Amino acid sequence: MALDQGGPAVALRGVVRSFGDVVAVDDLTFEVPTGTVTVLLGPNGAGKTTVVRLVTGALQPNAGSIRTLGLDPSVDAQGTEARRRCGVVPARPALYDRLTGRDNLEYAAALFEVDPHNHERRIEEAAARFAIAGALGQRVGGYSTGMRARLALARAVLHDPDLLLLDEPTAGLDPESARAVLELIDDMAESGKTVLMCTHLLLEAEGLADQVIVMDHGRAIVAGSPAELSRQYWPAARVVLDAADPSALDAARDFPFVRAYERNGTVTVDLEREADVPDLVDGLVRAGARLTRVEPCAPSLEELYFAIRKRAR
Amino acid sequence: MKRTRHRSRAWVIARTDLHQFVQARDFWLPLSIVALLFFVVIPTFLLLIISTVKDVKLVNQLSGVVGSLPAQLKHSVKGQKGPVKASYALAVYLFAPLAIIVPLTVSSAVGAHTIIGERERGSGEFLAHSPATERQIYLGKLMASLIPGYFTAAVGFAMYSLVVNLIVGPQLGGWFFPTGNWWILMLWVLPPFIAIALAVILAISARVSSAAAAQQSSALATLPLIVIAYGVSSNTIFKGHLVAFVIGALAWVIAVLALLRASRAVSRERLLGMGA
Repeated sequence: MALDQGGPAVALRGVVRSFGDVVAVDDLTFEVPTGTVTVLLGPNGAGKTTVVRLVTGALQPNAGSIRTLGLDPSVDAQGTEARRRCGVVPARPALYDRLTGRDNLEYAAALFEVDPHNHERRIEEAAARFAIAGALGQRVGGYSTGMRARLALARAVLHDPDLLLLDEPTAGLDPESARAVLELIDDMAESGKTVLMCTHLLLEAEGLADQVIVMDHGRAIVAGSPAELSRQYWPAARVVLDAADPSALDAARDFPFVRAYERNGTVTVDLEREADVPDLVDGLVRAGARLTRVEPCAPSLEELYFAIRKRAR
Repeated sequence: MKRTRHRSRAWVIARTDLHQFVQARDFWLPLSIVALLFFVVIPTFLLLIISTVKDVKLVNQLSGVVGSLPAQLKHSVKGQKGPVKASYALAVYLFAPLAIIVPLTVSSAVGAHTIIGERERGSGEFLAHSPATERQIYLGKLMASLIPGYFTAAVGFAMYSLVVNLIVGPQLGGWFFPTGNWWILMLWVLPPFIAIALAVILAISARVSSAAAAQQSSALATLPLIVIAYGVSSNTIFKGHLVAFVIGALAWVIAVLALLRASRAVSRERLLGMGA
């Protein structure tokens, strides 16, 4: 079984997957470099969940090729090995309600071949990490939504996977549980593991993503690091301004290096180059504005996402 | 090593399903009551009434009924009184079909829920992403459905034997049950029939979209099988060892073929709720 040690953790090439007449994934090509956090962004129905299922081999593609940790998940033995090295947190926690939390974790430990001598220790560690150790003896049917999500997270990392796939992991969670998810992603990234996360909540991807892939109608509209995407889809420099009399800032409209001007409470100005910021300040002071705020501003992922979507349309 | 892993993953799935079954009292309690009724309550009631009947006219009628039964039976109860003959006939011959129908019902109920239950709870997604192969998942589900059926058969058979020996035994000079043909029925004929029914049910369970639909379709699919099982069990008991062996062998062949075919019905996509 050949393991592609130096290659990407996930590689999709021209992947197509349909359900009847509906094309869920359409000629999708992307790579997830090993040891990085990749975020799949897109609206509901963009095909993100289908991608997760294709990556583990839970679904087979109609066309194209998939390599997960260097293995072909559609081939029986390789698929088994690939899935054993993946941890998945599905959109619904997929737990067994009649069993206790501990039973659920023991089931996963046995299926994912956690060393039987370490079962107990691994279960205790995973449960403690997500603050559900005290509830392991209770039936999962009585768990709150947050506890279920935490148990699903503990189950996904129980076998120390090389690749963690999270499908809308914070949907419907309380802030504390959502934070546990984001901390997990951070920890995984720090320990050199690979994370592929689907979300339509842009705030949770902020600051975590090494790579962002924006999907729509089963296609990747664009892919790259947040910095690359900013360069591509964002004005060279954006500055937020305020003044004792904000109307005095309107003079900036006429400056030749200003590409866009908007006054809505504070003033947002898009410039051609970052080097134009001193000229902007100088020009406004000369025009009589008494500046109280000059703040260069990087785009949030949300702003970037909408800029990308706007241009794609 | 690989073979051991295969078996162990299938067993892990089966064990977890059985654990859930044990936890689901609302599911197994009604099934246990049905089994208790058919294996203990009804036989006890009928055997007690018949073995203690005093009405001369009724005794003659019962003797007449026994007279129409096979020569083997008539030989077994030669020289006995009418009520004893009738009790023996009832215990050894007429209750035989129940031994096959009750375990079949139990296995059917578990089988109908096993895959569709994963899909309805959403837990099928966990299995679909797990390293278990589709064959291991199928084997696990199969074992989880067969074991309650065989367990019911074994416990029911033991309890039924006790009832028969305690009520009819003293009048025949001691414990006489199970007879040779009953052993063949329970160990050779019943197991493949449960397996055939399960193959049909698992195939249905993987294709339909709800537990209710699985239950309905399974009931429809197993009804003819129950009728056949009824006839087969009677014949096994009535016609002697050779016929019983042949019937059992045929059933085993059909069971193996049906189980192999049904294994194709379990796929990861279906566990995810697609392809129903």
